[in-house]
Amino acid sequence: MKEIHLTVNNQPYRLSVLPHRTLLDVIREDLGLTGTKEGCGLGECGACTVLMDGKAVNSCLVLAAEADGREITTVEGLADGDKLHPIQQAFVDHGGLQCGFCTPGMIMSAKALLDENPTPTEEEIKQGIAGNLCRCTGYAKIIESIKAAAKNMGGK
Amino acid sequence: MSELSVIGGRVPRVDAMEKVTGQAKYAADYSLPDMLWCKLLRSPYPHARILNIDTSKAERLPGVKGIVTGKDFGGWSWGWMPATRDETPLAVDKVRYMAEAVAGVAAVDEDTAEQAAGLIKVDYEELPGIFDPEEAMKDGAPKVHDYVKNNISVEYHWNFGDVEKAFAESHLVREDRFRTARATHGYLEPPAILAYYDPTGYITVWASKQSPYFHYRHLAACFKVPLSRVRVIQPFIGGGFGGTKNDSLGGDFCAVLLSKMTGKPVKYVESMEEELATSRRRHSMIIYSKMGVDKDGLLKAVQQRVVADGGGYTAIGPLSMYLVGFMTAIPYKLPHFKYDGYRAFTNNPIGAAMRGHGVTHSRFAAEIQMEMLAEELGIDPVEMRLRNAIDNPKPGEIYETVNEVTIETCGLKQAIKEAVKDPLWRDRDKMPKKEGVISWGTGISGTSYLGGARQMGHQACAAIIRLCEDGTVNLITGATDCGQGSDTVLCMITAEELGIKLDDVAIKRVDTAYTPVDPGSYGSRVTILAGQATQKAARQVKKQLLEVAAQNWQVKPEDVEIRLGEVFLKSDPEKKMPFIKLARIACYSGTGAVILGTGYSSYGIEPLDLATGTGNGGCSYSFTAHTARVGVDMETGQITTTDFTIASDCGRLLSPIQAEGQIEGGAIQGLGQALYEDFIMDMGKTLNPTFLDYKMPHALDVPNIKLIDIVTDDPFGPFGAKEASEGSIVSAPPAVVSAIHDATGIWFKELPVTPEKIIKALKEKK
Repeated sequence: MKEIHLTVNNQPYRLSVLPHRTLLDVIREDLGLTGTKEGCGLGECGACTVLMDGKAVNSCLVLAAEADGREITTVEGLADGDKLHPIQQAFVDHGGLQCGFCTPGMIMSAKALLDENPTPTEEEIKQGIAGNLCRCTGYAKIIESIKAAAKNMGGK
Repeated sequence: MSELSVIGGRVPRVDAMEKVTGQAKYAADYSLPDMLWCKLLRSPYPHARILNIDTSKAERLPGVKGIVTGKDFGGWSWGWMPATRDETPLAVDKVRYMAEAVAGVAAVDEDTAEQAAGLIKVDYEELPGIFDPEEAMKDGAPKVHDYVKNNISVEYHWNFGDVEKAFAESHLVREDRFRTARATHGYLEPPAILAYYDPTGYITVWASKQSPYFHYRHLAACFKVPLSRVRVIQPFIGGGFGGTKNDSLGGDFCAVLLSKMTGKPVKYVESMEEELATSRRRHSMIIYSKMGVDKDGLLKAVQQRVVADGGGYTAIGPLSMYLVGFMTAIPYKLPHFKYDGYRAFTNNPIGAAMRGHGVTHSRFAAEIQMEMLAEELGIDPVEMRLRNAIDNPKPGEIYETVNEVTIETCGLKQAIKEAVKDPLWRDRDKMPKKEGVISWGTGISGTSYLGGARQMGHQACAAIIRLCEDGTVNLITGATDCGQGSDTVLCMITAEELGIKLDDVAIKRVDTAYTPVDPGSYGSRVTILAGQATQKAARQVKKQLLEVAAQNWQVKPEDVEIRLGEVFLKSDPEKKMPFIKLARIACYSGTGAVILGTGYSSYGIEPLDLATGTGNGGCSYSFTAHTARVGVDMETGQITTTDFTIASDCGRLLSPIQAEGQIEGGAIQGLGQALYEDFIMDMGKTLNPTFLDYKMPHALDVPNIKLIDIVTDDPFGPFGAKEASEGSIVSAPPAVVSAIHDATGIWFKELPVTPEKIIKALKEKK
């Protein structure tokens, strides 16, 4: 067992983890934050995307021990109380979700993109979510949602 | 229909908030205290006799609490029809496809369960396998099941009109061989279940099922408990698209049995690799199609002989093969057709249902072949389709096909005309045809799909609406929203009918202990059938409320109207009260009455005629005209799809955002089917069971999509609704293949059209 310190959604945690446990395992099972989903477990689908020190990562590919001392943001950490984050609100308003299983990861990738580039072109949006599969929407309404979020957040 | 207040509004999904905040719980998100984890041991051979299973070493592993093998299920088997119950929860005497489950373990954690599964020793006698469906049907081929001859799992021979005479009289006849891919659903949520068999004999499961009442019946039958003691609680479902989540799986039965044995809750979550290697995927089909036309290009006859790779078990195969044939005479007028459908057992994973079920195979072949004939006759592909398309029947009239399928609304001609007015088609000759190594092409298709699928039995579909004293209502149905947006649509129907706001309707997810029985989510049936049931339940509530209002105002019930939360006198709209007041009067009137409404669907309840293919398979039919533009790299064979224009007759769109998302999603799944998706098999082994190697469209692969609504008002759907999304998964592959032909001059008859196939064909052409 290894002791690690994580800050998840601004909350500090001290945890003992087995060396092979992933950040995703810890988030879902030890912390009970099941908003982050496990799709493929191999870093191919993006459903487990979280922010680690502000960068989007596939949490299934990060060992918990590697995340020691890092700051993690999951989908549960985006809303401000009852007020949705503008990206979440845009997904609601523009139909950027259907079954919802890719949604948490998709929103976290969108957040990483817009934090870095507040005025992305359509091509840049597509690049920003190229690591996130969605089987329901055909992406059109997700792209529309991210464009709307960028606009609402002050980008153009 | 300007009087509609809720229906047709661009409203968000009712479950959007839970989903964007991560609060929506899917099966794998549920846990119970003291829960065990289940893992399965799977066969390393595609066809082998099981000689012995030794679990002793696994049993000794600390943390292991229970192990089950095929024999522990007492010989119970299940299947879609009584005659096809050929599948057992775990293989008993032999395995029939690679990675079929043979044993299940429950342990204190997932790692221990997986380790223990690896310690189970199975002695197999490998048997010769059969992997090609045409070879499987030959005399002397290895037998997958003993109960059928020549590995023929399902066969239909239908004959309408006189094809021989019609071919003899045709001006031009073509015969071609087509093949569709081994595509899969590709939902991101792997199948999962949390099961608890409580010692008093009640089974409770949280399972990722898009048709939970199938599972409910399977559990009752397998464990010999009354249905009243089986409780399937519906979590959110991470995508369905037919097949796997419409059926029960080995892991489900193991989790329940292991819970019974250990007295603890047991959770089973399939890995994506297991899912992709064993999913009940779309059948791969070989289609020998013969089509005859007169000199004007009018269709005279179609004959299709279809051989489907059924894999190791029957599953829903009898329905698949029915759906392949029954829409042969739609959407083009066809006086004669013959269909010979065969589903062969092989030692591949099981072929089953997937969105666009059945029709996508035969319509792909027919669309391409019709264009080939048009090309030979020098007829424009749009003109060819318009000449043959079924006309929209006048209100009250019915178009009947040669096999007695009845169509009350058909927007195909209008859809084609609108689609070709769009610049993508209209200006195709003004756009570049060649840019460096890229050759550009534009293609078209005109297709159809059924809505409100019929079936063999289990038609019951109901809704219950309960009025609360604060003027809100609970909608209780057995219908499942697995992502398609039906919960939103059903809430909108409730609000519209009752005259209340959408926010005042709360829908409950399925819990078989409380919700009415329902067939499930497939065949685009929920909006149509559960929609009608909901409409009737709401009308019953409204009727009771109007009587209360009338009594209160000393008028007749028909003098009162309710709209958007206001109750008013039709003759004097100033005489009004808020809905909440009426609800209070109704609930507190002192009569003891509780305001409840119930309704059930009456659409499409005649059973399917599998034997002859006569009659309807659905309640109504959607029609789609689809144009596509692609660029083909003539050196590498890479294809870029830049644009789709999709004109859909889905009847009236009840919830446009949801319907658009469905049409777009179906079209992109169809794009995957056209260009990328195929399981590569080698002697029964799936060589690409990961999303890295089984390539689904990413955001960068998708074209701009333009949608055009063709509104028809079908009498067999609430507010005139028909299906959305299965139409566009059927229309996309032929439109893309037609565009590739325009770019390369080559007709591709096998899906998916990969760069390798393009390069090979270009070399052969030279």
